Amino acid sequence: MYRSHVLVCGGTGCTSSGSAKVIEAFREELSKQGLDREVAVIQTGCHGLCAEGPIVVVYPDATFYARVGADDVPEIVSEHLLKGRPVTRLIYKDPNAVDENAVHSLNDTEFYKKQVRVALRNCGVIDPENIDEYIGTGGYQALGKVLTEMTPEQVIQEVLDSGLRGRGGGGFPTGLKWKLCAPNKADKKFVCCNADEGDPGAFMDRSVLEGDPHSVLEAMAIAGYAIGSSQGYIYVRAEYPIAVDRLKIAIRQAREYGLLGEDIFGTGFNFNIDLRLGAGAFVCGEETALMTSIEGNRGEPRPRPPFPAVKGLFGKPTILNNVETYANIPQIIMKGAEWFASMGVGKSKGTKVFALGGKINNTGLVEIPMGTPLRTIIEDIGGGCPNGKKFKAVQTGGPSGGCIPASYIDIPVDYDHLAEIGCIIGSGGMIVMDEDNCMVDIAKFFLEFTVDESCGKCTACRIGTRRMLELLNKITEGNATMDDLDKLEQLAYYVKTNSLCGLGQTAPNPVISTIKFFRHEYEAHILDKRCPAGVCKALMNYIIEPVDCKGCTACARVCPVGAISGELKKPHEIDTEKCIKCGACMETCKFHAISKR
Amino acid sequence: MKSLAELQAIREKMQSRVNMRSEGADVTRVVVGMATCGIAAGARPVLNEFASKVQEKGLSDKIVVSQTGCIGLCQYEPIVEIFEPGKEKVTYIKMDAEKADEVLERHLIGGHIVEKYTMAASGLK
Repeated sequence: MYRSHVLVCGGTGCTSSGSAKVIEAFREELSKQGLDREVAVIQTGCHGLCAEGPIVVVYPDATFYARVGADDVPEIVSEHLLKGRPVTRLIYKDPNAVDENAVHSLNDTEFYKKQVRVALRNCGVIDPENIDEYIGTGGYQALGKVLTEMTPEQVIQEVLDSGLRGRGGGGFPTGLKWKLCAPNKADKKFVCCNADEGDPGAFMDRSVLEGDPHSVLEAMAIAGYAIGSSQGYIYVRAEYPIAVDRLKIAIRQAREYGLLGEDIFGTGFNFNIDLRLGAGAFVCGEETALMTSIEGNRGEPRPRPPFPAVKGLFGKPTILNNVETYANIPQIIMKGAEWFASMGVGKSKGTKVFALGGKINNTGLVEIPMGTPLRTIIEDIGGGCPNGKKFKAVQTGGPSGGCIPASYIDIPVDYDHLAEIGCIIGSGGMIVMDEDNCMVDIAKFFLEFTVDESCGKCTACRIGTRRMLELLNKITEGNATMDDLDKLEQLAYYVKTNSLCGLGQTAPNPVISTIKFFRHEYEAHILDKRCPAGVCKALMNYIIEPVDCKGCTACARVCPVGAISGELKKPHEIDTEKCIKCGACMETCKFHAISKR
Repeated sequence: MKSLAELQAIREKMQSRVNMRSEGADVTRVVVGMATCGIAAGARPVLNEFASKVQEKGLSDKIVVSQTGCIGLCQYEPIVEIFEPGKEKVTYIKMDAEKADEVLERHLIGGHIVEKYTMAASGLK
């Protein structure tokens, strides 16, 4: 029996900021001070506040330490764990808190206070490599209930009634997907899990797999029972090594306990799960391409119909859901469809996990009820833009989504409200942009991504996106005319309507929505040959203000191409022909005499 | 796993362990003074006794056992304070593991303050 638990985050974010060393240091220091039989050290999944990692939470008082280094560990052990005096200097400081000493425990912070954790409920709370801890929080009870008390039809009805929709991007009602597949007769059926999270900036699926892998396994077994399948596949990116390891451990433990395998709970129901690793092609997140890839072929989409519910993996009826969707299922079974449907608004029920990134103070994962205003996410939970910059827009849904400009900051974030302004929730990536971001450049960034990731099967996507990128390059280089902008728009709609799969059909979205909301920025690039945000290199120059320049020569010394000249103690000058616009001079100047124009 | 009962058994075994990590609003807090004076007077066995018994008896969703620093009455250490929601704080002094057991049984479970160990009983106010 341990009197205290030290939870150290072992998600990918905290692992890269050095949490493995912190765990080791805790184990060492605790045994050195003779506390190793009193205090347990537990490696957990992601806590969400990745920007402040490595994160350490000490229970029972839930003291929340941020940015803990291995050097800090002896102090935490001797002060907090032995003498009960929390190490104040390491406690997370809430940037929004009125009284900065008010925050001690996790749930007091602005970041966590407004969140409702359903899919992430166990992330950062349990040891994902220990099945007993998952069972201790009620794990596998839902599977037990389904197998012993419910018919497959009742299970499907429960999921239908909950109003759960696909969390991977499409937003298709999960229960309906299952219902369409269940009656199809075949010698084999399959349950697939899409863990090929490819949107730049989205990492909620990774965190669920790293922090609570059993919830996905349990949900897949439930789905298997509902549609009459005995085999599941999880298609996970090989770039997620921690997630892959924990999934392997979880599957092994579940098999040892007989929670996967044959005759589960003595009911005669068999279900097994295998892993398939993806090599990281974005298109493999598309359902038909994903199945083709599991079959061992080159990951390319195929036309639908036939839909996977009829003819999917290996030509058999198949359902495919995303990781976060599955993570909701066991709780819908245990707490009931009504409970789930009580959260959210309109046709968007439950909660959604968003990955906040870009120009935001609290980078990380947040889970909130559907319909939460964007302002709450950006200002309260996210803590606003760093350095007091002005919030300009947020890109949702990654390269398939659109941007929401600051003027829509009070929009409720759910499937339908975002669709109204041409945006999607997508998988839940939210990239925040401030006044220093150029919207044309953002559109270009996402289009470069889709051009790279287009599988090349259909012409509209393969060639259309490339021509669009060329037009965008022309605009950012200041060589475009207003005709080009019209052409770009036309082409965008053409690619959208003629592409074979979701990748191509959504690839033009960032362009369409930035033109819609930030047309003036495009026009500034084309007509005034000016980038308002000062991002597009071809359209701006570094200039030394002669009045402010003291002639210290610092800039001339750092310039890598020798573009700066001038005499000592006299104003210097930049040769714009030679200048490569690296910005080194501006960073070096102590007198703020250099500006972008 | 051949039956739900097996699953239930694991759950019950593990529940007290993971419940320590839930933050309930109306939990009773047992706070043990663990400053240098407290540790010297033997606060650690008291703390450990409370912590393990609470988990053994499956009470960790209702009772939180934690430490605090010096309460300021070093000659009465080990000191244990019990905060029950909506009730006045009870302070026990000169505790040991056996007394801790008694307090757990009679006060935390039974609901009767063990007067003889309290600070009030010693004449201190």
